[in-house]
Amino acid sequence: MKSKTFVQVWRWGLLITLIVLWEAGSRTGFIDPFFFSSPTQIFRTAVVKWQSGQLPGDIAYTASSTLLGFILGTITGSVLGLMFWFSRPIAMVAEPWLIVLNALPKLALAPVLVILTGIGFTSKVILAFLMTVVVAAMSAYGGVQTVDPALQTLLVSLGATRFQTFCRLVVPSAMPSIITGLRVNIALAMAGSIVGEFIASDRGLGRMIVYAGTIFDLPLVWVGVTVLSIVSVVMYAGVVLLERILLRAT
Amino acid sequence: MPDLPYLTVDGVSKHFGAGDHAVAALDTVSFSLERGKFLSILGPSGCGKTTLFNIIAGLIPPDQGTVTLNGHSLVMNPGLTGYMLQRDLLLPWRTIADNITLPRTLKGVKPSAALQDASDDIRACGLEGMLRRKPDELSGGQRQRAALVRTFQTGKELLLMDEPFGALDPITRLHLQQLLMRLCLTKGLTVLFVTHDVDEALLLSDEVLVMGSSPGRIVARYTLPQEKPRSLPTLALPALTAMKADILTLLDEEDVDDEK
Repeated sequence: MKSKTFVQVWRWGLLITLIVLWEAGSRTGFIDPFFFSSPTQIFRTAVVKWQSGQLPGDIAYTASSTLLGFILGTITGSVLGLMFWFSRPIAMVAEPWLIVLNALPKLALAPVLVILTGIGFTSKVILAFLMTVVVAAMSAYGGVQTVDPALQTLLVSLGATRFQTFCRLVVPSAMPSIITGLRVNIALAMAGSIVGEFIASDRGLGRMIVYAGTIFDLPLVWVGVTVLSIVSVVMYAGVVLLERILLRAT
Repeated sequence: MPDLPYLTVDGVSKHFGAGDHAVAALDTVSFSLERGKFLSILGPSGCGKTTLFNIIAGLIPPDQGTVTLNGHSLVMNPGLTGYMLQRDLLLPWRTIADNITLPRTLKGVKPSAALQDASDDIRACGLEGMLRRKPDELSGGQRQRAALVRTFQTGKELLLMDEPFGALDPITRLHLQQLLMRLCLTKGLTVLFVTHDVDEALLLSDEVLVMGSSPGRIVARYTLPQEKPRSLPTLALPALTAMKADILTLLDEEDVDDEK
């Protein structure tokens, strides 16, 4: 219990120290306020943007494209990876493809996707989807490979059908791998959405950062970066909660 | 008048691999067993005991030979026998109750009804207070008792038990041996039991098969004279000590032959 309090105190203490040092450095001229702004200036800018309604709209836009891409990519990839259990030959054919697709820099496809699907919401969702689907498939396939053959033998000896073995053994066995992939994937989905907004967009936190940069409104850039960090932490916390629910359910 | 054979294994052979690399696991293994009898199989490691069990359980096909239970073929026909292995093989993400009822719920029985049906076995094995726990919260002996109850829930009269108590400490093993003997007698089950422990075989069995290796084959069959249930002191009776000495000599010879 004591060590938990110690960890919490240090975590928050470090954050507060960083903010205080940032503010002090900016006010004393130790760091250039033009480039690095200051926490109070960032807060003031954020309040103005929030009251104008722009910031909530951009947060909702980026968060929803991230979440949609994450959900679609994770479900599609996980189902694909799990399905490889039904056919070892298909899995062996698909495995090198997955590895190549995983290594492929999907973000490099962003300009093509924007041209294909426009500057709207769809291109951001597709990028987030592409960023997550392969990782999810590889995580699920990795989980499938950890299924204990002796447990499989047991279920067959009990007269379980292949589908029953899949539902009762393969999916729960692969769940820890799938869950581990979720934490990686939420960050990847956000990177996909943001890069999509960087390339071309009329809304979103990514577009806000790029726009602020072009007009040298660096406090607004820092607002974008700070808000993105907060949204990332909230989504990560959501994934951790989802993990707990899934682990309890299995 | 003796019962007709319940289980018949006739001329079963099995090879693994092909060509020059083929390994003979079993060579024309034949035996039969009456209903309600307990048959232990003893033999050196690698003599094909588990292969034989997998064939009888319908999990792998023999190259030659037939296996019938009550006249019905068991070849590649899984789900007709209860199979228990050395590892408890409880699903770690499920509670003990869910694990115990697995054979029934796979057949579409509701979990609550399956648990109700298993209540006598649960009580007999002393698992009443552990049903909501996960397997990793139980000791090795408790887990193996749960696996035993799960095996009974298959509702099969023929149980295949492949060294089920091999990984347990001697005291827990003795408790489980007594429990198994009692439950098998009560339920009138027919059991094929693989073990490396001669005392265990003599304590539990009506008959003992000794297998040799390279290739796996039956080298001797013994019928035990003593009535069951037996206790450890029974093993000191002259008839059983002589049988034990005989079996150990045979196993020793088989091991020596295997090393040649």
